[in-house]
Amino acid sequence: MTKDEVENGRDDMLIDGPEQANAVPDGFNANYLRIYYGKLFPHADIFKWMSYGNDGKHPACDKSYIGRREFSFTLENDIYIRFQSFNSASELENSIKEKCPFKIDIGPVYSVDPAKRHAYAQSGDNVFTPVERELIFDIDITDYDDVRYCCTGADVCLECWPLMTIAIKVIDTALRDDFGFNHILWVYSGRRGVHCWVCDGKARRLTNEQRAAIADYFRVYQGNENSNKKISLPGHVLHPFLARSYTEVLKGFFEAKLLSNQNLLSSEERYEKILEMIPDAVAAELRGRWQEKKRSSMLKNDINVVRWEQLKHALQSGKQKAQGLRRCVEEIVFSFTYPRLDMEVSKHMNHLLKAPFCVHPKTGRVCVPIDPNNCDEFDPTKVPTLSQLLEELNRGGLRQDAEDAEWDRTSLGESVTFFRSSFLHPLLKSCKEEIESSYNTKLQQAKNTLSW
Amino acid sequence: MQVVRCHRISSSNDVVVSTLPLYRSAPPLEVRLEDFELFAVDRLRVLKGISDGLSRGKKPEEIAKLAMDLWKANMRYPQATEDVNKDNISHFVLRLVYCRTEELRKWFLSMETALFRYRFHSESSEAQRALMSEFNLPYKAVSNAEFESVKDKLVQVARSMGQTLLPADAIFYKVPFEEVSELVAGRRVFIHKGHAYVAMNQVVSIVVTQFRSHLSKALILTNRKWTSTIREQEKDRLTPIVEALCTSYLGPDYSQPKEFAEISIKDIDQIAKTSFPLCMRHLFEKVREDHHLKHGGRMQLGLFLKGVGLKVDDALAFWKAEFAQKVGAERFDKEYAYNIRHNYGREGKRTDYTPYSCQKVILSTPGVGDHHGCPYRHFSEENLRAALARMGVGSRIVEDVIDKARNRHYQLACTLTFEAVHGSSCDAGINHPNQYFIESQKILQSKNGSMAQ
Repeated sequence: MTKDEVENGRDDMLIDGPEQANAVPDGFNANYLRIYYGKLFPHADIFKWMSYGNDGKHPACDKSYIGRREFSFTLENDIYIRFQSFNSASELENSIKEKCPFKIDIGPVYSVDPAKRHAYAQSGDNVFTPVERELIFDIDITDYDDVRYCCTGADVCLECWPLMTIAIKVIDTALRDDFGFNHILWVYSGRRGVHCWVCDGKARRLTNEQRAAIADYFRVYQGNENSNKKISLPGHVLHPFLARSYTEVLKGFFEAKLLSNQNLLSSEERYEKILEMIPDAVAAELRGRWQEKKRSSMLKNDINVVRWEQLKHALQSGKQKAQGLRRCVEEIVFSFTYPRLDMEVSKHMNHLLKAPFCVHPKTGRVCVPIDPNNCDEFDPTKVPTLSQLLEELNRGGLRQDAEDAEWDRTSLGESVTFFRSSFLHPLLKSCKEEIESSYNTKLQQAKNTLSW
Repeated sequence: MQVVRCHRISSSNDVVVSTLPLYRSAPPLEVRLEDFELFAVDRLRVLKGISDGLSRGKKPEEIAKLAMDLWKANMRYPQATEDVNKDNISHFVLRLVYCRTEELRKWFLSMETALFRYRFHSESSEAQRALMSEFNLPYKAVSNAEFESVKDKLVQVARSMGQTLLPADAIFYKVPFEEVSELVAGRRVFIHKGHAYVAMNQVVSIVVTQFRSHLSKALILTNRKWTSTIREQEKDRLTPIVEALCTSYLGPDYSQPKEFAEISIKDIDQIAKTSFPLCMRHLFEKVREDHHLKHGGRMQLGLFLKGVGLKVDDALAFWKAEFAQKVGAERFDKEYAYNIRHNYGREGKRTDYTPYSCQKVILSTPGVGDHHGCPYRHFSEENLRAALARMGVGSRIVEDVIDKARNRHYQLACTLTFEAVHGSSCDAGINHPNQYFIESQKILQSKNGSMAQ
């Protein structure tokens, strides 16, 4: 029986054709993972990344560097092992293949090999301490539950996912333009959020205080259900960072998409939440208008859009010219759309974060990189799953030629290629240059001291 | 004086441009043993005054004035050189006292940095410039051309902080953003491609950051020296003084519940109603309601309950009874039990964590889904009124409390609440949730004449 015959759907053929033989039921388990780690997980790329150019080829390489990086594994049955370290790519690869971790986390680079930490820890000397760590961010859509109505908790759909997209845009632009960072990796967390890894040398060497300062620079949202207003934007104008975020990303998204997608002003329950954020006098006037006008005849425009215009008009054309009123509009837009970061993740060097290309146990999806320049196109519902990848491998048949191009035959190929070309290679190039130039500087200094 | 580091000759021999020392190294002086303690106590009064001011939510200008007044009252000598000596000596003695744990170091670092900031502010501009040059800061004055290109952004930043215009002779410095963390955190500077554009008047922040980072490192070194040599060497002379200085000023930490040794979980709902301060009452109610609390709430309430006398097994039973309703008993055992035992010093480092003081509670920042922190600070007026009414506070007093909270006197607000609920005055003022509890139980027991069991 040829493949053609089956594809032409001849009914009297055996039902178990090659397609069915390739089919892999959805799921997440050790067997699937074993194959994933065996053929698809990009061990060597992760190792190269973590080495940051210290591959021993240049005399100025720090050979101890990679061995001082902490990895942690969560095994089946929730067994959790910390302070794993590796001195070579094959050590890392073999350990992963052997232990088959359900989750791999990456921690900081310590002052000494984490495996040897007990020799240093006791005297309270702080000799075993993190010395380098990427600047990381974690954005989780459940932190937006009070402003999205389409889903709650772990669910995500295409109506609310764009909140993540605009978070990426705002933060990524600021990291590059304001802070001057270049080597930034955005990763899908596998279910309901995104992670960001800032890998410039300058970023890795930031202290906890400096990380906290950057996190605070990004923080606008404060408070919780016990306090009233969660966003407060004092001042006559916005700081350039906030102003840029507003005009380039947030305003457009709020008015063109979010208002209607989430029906923010269509019902009393919903518009009350927004009216709570503006001064009573104006709110009362709008409330009056909206309560009486139940959906009158066919409105050409979406009711949310219409009411939003009315609200803006009431605030901005103001019979009351108070300063606070003009900020109200921005405050509303910010409270719905501005990125909500998990501060604790970013502030401490010793925080562990899930490694890219892990598979999420609950969804089976791979934590693939996201291109910040094309993040509008990213669709979390189309991210390859473990079972899908295994199925693709099966379909590919037995090709023994290229040893490490397995992922290339699957949907994962695109992600690995992107990881390499947009992130890893530029990063390694820059690391090599740094190593080279600091080495040359040291040589020069030595020469200078020798010559009188 | 025990000199532990390099012997840099102190600048008191040179022409004194500024009297503000940077505490780079211990001065090579001899100190009488009585002065060793007395100088430190005087300085501690100043630091404690600053600490109190902060936890009462006073405005920065008020605290600055308070700090300078306390400084004049406690640290002045008739002769200027004596001043400098006392300044240096008291600082280095307190380093010994406060280097010994993470929490002590954090407190000392915050207070000394604040003190330095206030004193720096009150120096003349020449003195300030002189001090700045001592720090060797990698800043460059911005050229005219560059200034023109970023001027509108600089104006925007100034206006966003409520300043209307840039002063005519505005000088700006370009500094790597890492040097001015405070300014970046508050979005008080324009940053571009990793450089912050700092106004002259903000330079104070740079200097203070340097001061803080140096002191932070020095404290770690001091701790090492202390643990490895000094404590043992001085065990008959300085060590007892150093150890006494610490506890006498921070007040009891309520980690070892004394008089009310045992509270059992069957009494907990009752005593929560009668004797918990609002912050803990709120958390407790939320646990009962939601069968869950986020990490910040678990820490704040959990440690409070420990201080109240809840034993670790009862604590586990309490949290499990609630959490199991939401996440299931198995997940509780897996994900939450460890941390509770950790709080009681039964796991990991075996540190026995101390319940949070009001100062610590007030300074925390609850976020989405959190219920910890100080309600007098974070609750909206409406919610606060409702909560106070539920506690049985009469409406006239509620207004008083709201007024105090509005003016950021959070601990005074809590004290008023205490007084209203118990019908008696609390002169000491509330500065620790466990203190509230103990005082409350004292009053109730003397009323009932029986043990709270």
